[in-house]
Amino acid sequence: MPERSAWKVLVPWLAVFVLLLFAPRFLPRFQVYLTGLILTTGLLAVSLNLVLGLGGMYQFHHAVFYGIGAYTVALVITKTAFSPWIGFLLAPVVSALFSLVIGLICVRLSKLYFGMLQISLGSLVWAVVFRWYSFTGGDDGIHGIPVPDIISSTDGAYHFSLILTAICLIVMQRIVNSPFGRSFQAVRDNPVRSEAVGINVKRVQLTGMVISGAFAGIAGSMFVVIEGSVFPELMFWTLSLEIIIMCLLGGWFTFLGPMLGAAIIVLLRTVVGIYTEYWTLVLGFVLMLLILFLPQGVLGYFLEKFKRGGMKAV
Amino acid sequence: MLLVENLQKSFDGFVAVSNARLEVEKGEVVAVIGPNGAGKTTLFNLITGQLRADSGRILFKGGNISGMSPYEICRKGISRSFQVVNIFSRLTVFENVRVSVISHNKRTFNLFSRAESIAVSETKEILKSLGFTEKAHRISGSLSHGDQKVLEMAIALGNRPELLILDEPTAGMSPEETRDTLELMKLLSRERGITILFCEHDMELVFSISNRIMVMQHGRTIIQGEPDVVRNDTHVQEAYLGGGG
Repeated sequence: MPERSAWKVLVPWLAVFVLLLFAPRFLPRFQVYLTGLILTTGLLAVSLNLVLGLGGMYQFHHAVFYGIGAYTVALVITKTAFSPWIGFLLAPVVSALFSLVIGLICVRLSKLYFGMLQISLGSLVWAVVFRWYSFTGGDDGIHGIPVPDIISSTDGAYHFSLILTAICLIVMQRIVNSPFGRSFQAVRDNPVRSEAVGINVKRVQLTGMVISGAFAGIAGSMFVVIEGSVFPELMFWTLSLEIIIMCLLGGWFTFLGPMLGAAIIVLLRTVVGIYTEYWTLVLGFVLMLLILFLPQGVLGYFLEKFKRGGMKAV
Repeated sequence: MLLVENLQKSFDGFVAVSNARLEVEKGEVVAVIGPNGAGKTTLFNLITGQLRADSGRILFKGGNISGMSPYEICRKGISRSFQVVNIFSRLTVFENVRVSVISHNKRTFNLFSRAESIAVSETKEILKSLGFTEKAHRISGSLSHGDQKVLEMAIALGNRPELLILDEPTAGMSPEETRDTLELMKLLSRERGITILFCEHDMELVFSISNRIMVMQHGRTIIQGEPDVVRNDTHVQEAYLGGGG
């Protein structure tokens, strides 16, 4: 790639990053908190899309890895004498391990069966967390988790999630455009042919799951910083469904589409939620419109429209 | 190089391949012919691991490869094309070939280098040898049928195979495309020394290029021999003229 066009892509993103970095200077506290939540949820959705969009795998219970990341941080902080930072380092590792185990069991099945088995295994994890009062706090969860001072304020939590999100997105973008990313895409499009050119399809899929799970774990650790608490709903299957909707809504064949989808849903829930608790009714309506008019997702639609507009990096 | 012995495969009681025998020497071009439904594609699927044989042995360079996965067999040096076009139709022609080159170079699990700068020259070289340079950036699904069949071969070549298996490489091609493909096969055999095993309905093509021909009927091997021997064999004439399909 010629250097000039690389800069053309890089500069706008740097501008966005700097703008977000200084957002707490001019945004009210609640909106700063909300932006942090959008970044966290967005990172979660982008991580799901690694397997869903890039790999074409029906990862129906992605929230489990998010929840595991969150609980890892919460438990390290509240139950051990280790530094809280150990918890943040462990979150992606533990989530990746759970991904590996669940993946090893599920990956031998294809498509829908893969998804169904994953829902059952994920629900099993949820049930354990939901019931194990002495360790996980059961259905109450764990509240008032004392995160390190530097990231405990609203601004601190926001900056933590912003920087972490930026790093994760860069790394994930790199992976998408790596030889592995290409091979994963090839496996999605034609597993039989992929295997015939010497690709170990199951291993590629498993690797994809582990990577995706690790990033979900990081998103989970960000949630703890922003909310200061964890609860079993973080790994309930309805959240998984919501993340899938985020991917579809934003555009699951684009890299940042899921981030946009997450923003739309979090905003919808917050804004509409003020007026009615049945905000999902609105979501349902939006989904219908989406399926009928924007099957490519919001970002997918705009990319298609401005194909020559130098938005390739998205 | 390749030795198939007493291979059997049945599907729900239907015997697709029974007692198939096949021998391919290094550097040869070997054709498998036979009426529709004779079991040629099944035989190829057994050799390359898409199907698992009920019994029998498949030896490649002396080692038993029966029961191995397709990707393991590919890594041993056997690469194939498919009868029904089987490509990555949403990717460009270039990416189609690059995927197999990446796999061959053992870079599939490389997470952090840029795919864009990997395997470029090898991919270009393959595309050039097939006359595909100008179509490199077309989405492969939009190519004509004939071009897609050639792309099939290009993908297979990305693995730098010692043995190239082509399942009806010219099926559905125009006469010109068929002639080009024939030239290409000759070129691959002569200049690159690739051993080729293929099946084909175009008898003119078969007899013009093959060193040896194996004839199948009802899943069995009737004969394997040099073109002249096969042409004059009474069983073969019966199978073709006597309506053995």
